[in-house]
Amino acid sequence: MFGRHSDLPLAGDATSRFLPWLVALMVFMAAMAVAGAFVISGVIDRWDHDVSGTLTVQVLPAGGEQAEAATDERVHLAVEVMRKVPGVLMVKAFDKKRTLALLEPWLGGTDVVQDLPLPRLIDVTVDANVHIDLAEVAERLSRAVPGASLDDHRVWLSRLINLSRTIQWLAIVVVALIGAVTSATVVYGTRTGMAVHHGIIEVLHLIGAHDDYIARQFADRAFALGIAGGLMGLGMALPALTAIGWSARRLEGGFLPSLSLPLLGYVTIALLPLLAAGLAMLTARLTVHGTLSRMP
Amino acid sequence: MRHRPRGENIIRFDSVGLRYGLGPEVLQDVTFALPSGSFHFLTGPSGAGKSSLLRLMYLGLRPTRGRVVLFDRDIATTKRYELPALRRRIGVVFQDFRLLDHLTALDNVALPLRVRGVRESEIQKHVPELLAWVGLADHLGAKPSTLSGGQKQRVAIARAVIGRPDLLLADEPTGNVDDHIAMRLMYLFEELNKLGTTIVVATHNELLVQRFIHLPRVHIEHGMVTKVREAMEGG
Ligand SMILES: Nc1ncnc2c1ncn2[C@@H]1O[C@H](COP(=O)(O)OP(=O)(O)OP(=O)(O)O)[C@@H](O)[C@H]1O
Ligand SMILES: [Mg+2]
Repeated sequence: MFGRHSDLPLAGDATSRFLPWLVALMVFMAAMAVAGAFVISGVIDRWDHDVSGTLTVQVLPAGGEQAEAATDERVHLAVEVMRKVPGVLMVKAFDKKRTLALLEPWLGGTDVVQDLPLPRLIDVTVDANVHIDLAEVAERLSRAVPGASLDDHRVWLSRLINLSRTIQWLAIVVVALIGAVTSATVVYGTRTGMAVHHGIIEVLHLIGAHDDYIARQFADRAFALGIAGGLMGLGMALPALTAIGWSARRLEGGFLPSLSLPLLGYVTIALLPLLAAGLAMLTARLTVHGTLSRMP
Repeated sequence: MRHRPRGENIIRFDSVGLRYGLGPEVLQDVTFALPSGSFHFLTGPSGAGKSSLLRLMYLGLRPTRGRVVLFDRDIATTKRYELPALRRRIGVVFQDFRLLDHLTALDNVALPLRVRGVRESEIQKHVPELLAWVGLADHLGAKPSTLSGGQKQRVAIARAVIGRPDLLLADEPTGNVDDHIAMRLMYLFEELNKLGTTIVVATHNELLVQRFIHLPRVHIEHGMVTKVREAMEGG
């Protein structure tokens, strides 16, 4: 790319002065987003693992006259709801006898216990390979069956997973937006450059230069500016990531899984300047082709 | 150099009309043909349309009507990506030279070769040779701004001929130089013509035309070709 011959004096153009800074910002943001995405997806994997397996649904006993029958009805309804959730393999309700048997170590086996309004439990086995939005299931369950609730801890984790996924998407959108602004800047800078050097471009065109001969020179310049900006952005991102990682490690309690960036994350971040420069290069090239196609 | 049988037409215009934007037709019903290997003057008063006609010939413009056939290709039906190959067979000396100010004389002359992807070793061999031939051996590294009018003109001519064109179009190549240099340039063109290049020299310098009275001429007035005088035998 570098040291390739150029007939156009593009190095002196003032219009492309801001491009490296924009690319630096883009790479910085993208590095943060990539690091965040890798860490979050590691955390999600672990949480997902915690959430999968078996779940417990708790159904509070109904009151009133026919309390027993009403409770049975609630359990029956809750079982129906859970069976319809995709990814659920098996739903098994404990009847009163099993529940009592489970409680016997704590309450003893007396007749008094028989008459206590005990909550009922439903055992749900889920497919570990299917992601289930537990927050959503919990809501559906409590709407359909009064007094039924899903295991709290897991629902909360599921909400965290949802939040993390949203953050990941947000990061992608932010990087895409900065990428779009960078592209627009390249388009503008390239068009201005072509207007400034119109005379030279016309001469090249008339002596038989293919469009790509001219486009390549603008593209090379955009690539060089992109790489310079990209390395600058990387240079800012690495200390920032190190600092964040360091303070996260100090925070880390038993609750958060370890927050380390996998090797693939580092490789992806190292490739960002190249990706950004490639974007600038491609944009410049397409812009020149678009403008030249209007020449005879 | 591609040797073409003499007599075959290298370029042909059929009822060609040209207007700039919404303006009046600056060329009307222009019809003529140039045989391969010929050497023509293109004459006419200022504003008659000489530069415009040349612009059509070097594919700097497309006609608004009529037909241009160049190297046996109808330009109207030629794909855009095929045009560079045709342009490379044409050398142009522009009325205002159009040298690139930030490049040295050597790099300016090298342009047509670079555009073709010629190897740098070839360029470093042939370009200084040609520049020496036009008397600029000592100015290879000079920028156009440090050259005199006549020197710039020779750089422009060297750039036009470095690619050994089949067709050389020169727009007022003697406009800014004294008589002595004008004559030398014309002799240079005659040399090239003997080597097989078809040449068109646009000028309103009647004196020059009289000196080379043996050459055929295409005369244009008010955008219309008024006469095509064929070559005089034994001139
Ligand atoms: N780019 C342009 N836009 C609009 N009109 C133009 C343009 N170039 C030339 N013309 C017009 O076309 C007509 C012919 O101009 P042209 O330059 O072809 O004449 P010429 O014969 O080369 O003149 P000269 O001997 O002074 O160089 C003139 O009326 C001129 O005003
Ligand atoms: Mg003219």
